[in-house]
Amino acid sequence: MTVRADERELRDDALNGLELSARLDRIWRTPSGLLGALMSVDHKVVGRRYIATAFAFLLLGGILAILMRIQLAGPEQTFLSADKYNQIFTMHGSTMMFLFAVPVMEAFAVYLVPLMVGTRNIAFPRLNAFSYWMFLFGGCFLWISFALNVGPDVGWFAYVPLSSLQYTPTKRPDVWAQMITFTEVAALAVSVEIVVTVFKLRAPGMTLDRIPLFVWAMLVTSFLVMFAMPSIMVASTSLILDRLVNTRFYDSSSGGHPLLWQHLFWFFGHPEVYIIFIPGTGMVSAILATFARRPVIGYPVIILSLIATGFLSFGLWVHHMFVTGLPQLGAGLFTASSMLIAVPSGLQIFCWLATLWDGRPVYRTPLLFVIGFIVIFVLGGLSGVMVASVPIDTQVHDTYFVVAHFHYVLIGGAVFPLVGAVYYWFPKITGRMLSERLGRWNFWLAFVGFNVAFFPMHILGLIGMPRRVYTYTADMDWAHLNLLSSGGAAIFALSFAVLLVNVMINLRSGELAGDNPWDASTLEWATSSPPPPQNFDRIPVVKHRDPLWLDSASLPVVAGLSVERRELLLTSLAEAEPQTREASPEPSIWPLLTAIATTVFFIGSIFTPWAVLWGTPPMAVTLIGWFWPGGSKEDEE
Amino acid sequence: MPIRMRTALVPFATLPLAACAGRQSTLDPQGLQSAQILNTLFIFLSVAAVVWIAVVIMLCAGLLRRKRAFDQPLALHQPFERTTGRVIFVLGVATLAIVLGLSIVSYAGQRTVFAKNEHALTLKIISHQWWWEIRYENDSPDKSFVTANEIRIPAGQPVKVELESADVIHSFWVPSLTGKMDLITGQKNELQFTAKNAGIYRGQCAEFCGLQHAHMAFAVLALPADEFGRWRDHENQSANSPTDQLGRQGEQLFRAKGCALCHTIRGTLAGGQLGPDLTHVGARTTVAAGTLPLTPATLGAWIADPQHIKPGNYMPKMPLQSDELIAILHYLEQLK
Repeated sequence: MTVRADERELRDDALNGLELSARLDRIWRTPSGLLGALMSVDHKVVGRRYIATAFAFLLLGGILAILMRIQLAGPEQTFLSADKYNQIFTMHGSTMMFLFAVPVMEAFAVYLVPLMVGTRNIAFPRLNAFSYWMFLFGGCFLWISFALNVGPDVGWFAYVPLSSLQYTPTKRPDVWAQMITFTEVAALAVSVEIVVTVFKLRAPGMTLDRIPLFVWAMLVTSFLVMFAMPSIMVASTSLILDRLVNTRFYDSSSGGHPLLWQHLFWFFGHPEVYIIFIPGTGMVSAILATFARRPVIGYPVIILSLIATGFLSFGLWVHHMFVTGLPQLGAGLFTASSMLIAVPSGLQIFCWLATLWDGRPVYRTPLLFVIGFIVIFVLGGLSGVMVASVPIDTQVHDTYFVVAHFHYVLIGGAVFPLVGAVYYWFPKITGRMLSERLGRWNFWLAFVGFNVAFFPMHILGLIGMPRRVYTYTADMDWAHLNLLSSGGAAIFALSFAVLLVNVMINLRSGELAGDNPWDASTLEWATSSPPPPQNFDRIPVVKHRDPLWLDSASLPVVAGLSVERRELLLTSLAEAEPQTREASPEPSIWPLLTAIATTVFFIGSIFTPWAVLWGTPPMAVTLIGWFWPGGSKEDEE
Repeated sequence: MPIRMRTALVPFATLPLAACAGRQSTLDPQGLQSAQILNTLFIFLSVAAVVWIAVVIMLCAGLLRRKRAFDQPLALHQPFERTTGRVIFVLGVATLAIVLGLSIVSYAGQRTVFAKNEHALTLKIISHQWWWEIRYENDSPDKSFVTANEIRIPAGQPVKVELESADVIHSFWVPSLTGKMDLITGQKNELQFTAKNAGIYRGQCAEFCGLQHAHMAFAVLALPADEFGRWRDHENQSANSPTDQLGRQGEQLFRAKGCALCHTIRGTLAGGQLGPDLTHVGARTTVAAGTLPLTPATLGAWIADPQHIKPGNYMPKMPLQSDELIAILHYLEQLK
């Protein structure tokens, strides 16, 4: 498509700075008032909501963790009943995986990727708003059910036949399975947006080898989501069908098989770990470059490692099933494939170590969290190599050793970088700095608390303590280490209280950040903090992988975009050469209404199959409203 | 290296020895298989420890070394970049070599652990929510018998357990003897192990199986061969008849109060199939699947209110007068 010249249309090359800013601000601004807020399609507004909501779920999931640690602090405690404990560990796992870890990474991507690639909004912004509403409603659905004592109690993995109607005749597993559907819809939508944003909306000149590493990480993650999530959707939908309309997918007495569930679940469940970890590595690379004061060594090595990790992550799900009685040689091959993931992970670690070796580290809070990440994550990776071995796994599988392992990997590999990222990007998102003093407290409490809480669990697992037990007898000699672990958990929780206080205090009254407080190199720091609704007054032209370090005083820009309507610049996939101008959607209430209709449909359909029938027309109506031609210039063409 | 680490871990390994319920620790191997697994584990642990320490040293050295003064982040020293690239490549190859080496170590260990012996003593274990049914099967039916929550085996002889589930997925795990294996609905798994010495080894369900997953333990009692033979001959017999009036009253109440609907006592009219076989319950060491040590007090408490000890289990609280309870308890105690 060629750009059609229109003499009457006003372009940005005809305006000077202030006037341009004011005009763009007016057309990109989210409408005021409650209705306006509900209509917003600005990726920054949606991203902020996404981040805040995900952290709220972290808080809830964290409270559950503390409740479990109180219960397990001593033998034969009656603080929680078996029923409550089983609900709580299920809710903890489900909340952390589906409502915190994956969404928070996507949330950061929704906020940052458009800024980092130098465009004005994410691709498909209405889908983005819809995705957020679905995530919010799904999360609330789960937690309201929990409050009503219909919280799932079959584990975050919901193994059949325990989760089948025969053994759990309540609605609890349905709530879990349908919550999955909500979050999967949300995650798939965001993935599509990220991929298209990265492929088509990059600033001119941002060739594939100039894309920031965080953006690369989110691109790989998005592909993982698109290939992994359908598997769990098939699995959880089949479970609902088994429970609701008597299909027999998992019923071994009529030709189904319980292991089918495990294969489908872990074909998603293992890539899920990398869906959480790979964005963490992107955050590490971004923070490291800025605070080591040099570009990360081995840019191509890191990208190839990310892609290799992505591919390998689909070839090792069976290591979750080593004790299900699979053929021995096959299991042995999955040992090798599981350990192989140490190679790309190791290469990334070596690149970061080399960067720190050569750089001149500036010890601000984000860097502290990255250093903590390396120490903890490497330990978790190595215990991962241990559990990948079939003979070792037959002993440690489903024990506290594994609990220790995956908390080292997930908290070390994703939460430490994430908290570092909060300190790093908070100035950009809010325009205010977080307190460095509280940041140090935050880091040391987190580092010490985490290790005291989780290291003893390795030993607990080896001396025989299985997972998911609501209590244990006094003669098992697990009490001391459990008490130590609970103490560590309290310190770890305190570190998050410090983070919360730091954010609350400085949200309004923190020191002003300015555009680029860390002297970082990527494009999100080239605009004001917080960024204006249009992100950039003029779209930058990228001539280097670290554009702001190449020349921080002046950045070349392109001109020629409309200032009368929302317009983005589309560029080519590999070379990022300008191709065409593209309208970007206006705010709309329809994504919210569609999300409400979908929510009614989803929740109704765990009670009656007829909801599929009466739930569809409202969805159709809202979708028609969403896509109704709005008289924009492109619609007329 | 593995020897020294083993010494270092001895304090942890000896902890479970104090437990009266039997040993339940990977670090306290009493079986051929668990000893092999621990060897593999120590090799992995040694490599992991060396790698982790090396990474932390590299990290600290990198942070603490004297830094060149350069202000421009993009003013990179090209020879350094090239050398670093080579070093990273070499480290990547080294990682690959370690990973492949460990895969071979792992597979060698796996072969040993899962080696099969044709002449193993075979038992069948069927898992229930939340107890274990143990079937000693024999070609002649008069030598087959059923027991629960307690597995007696001859020490020093290979044992094969065939694993099936009556309801949801469970996992059979006796860490001092070998690694775990799931019991899966609609599937038959098996596991072989050999206890090196006589002793009591505790096991526990390791796959989340519902409300009382935490209280689904069992004991493996490895006996000297001759003692095992005597036990098997005795266990194969029907239940002892009560010797006194109170016992006979208990036997009668066992049927009248509904216990017999779920429990079998061979040689009597009690033939229920839902709960554990109680033919020789008085000789067992624990009650409620390893939840409590078996004493008159605990057994009485269990019969009086099973829902208090193990809330949600499928044994209902039966309305019993205290004299009825005493009679039933007296009867069961005699079933040695």
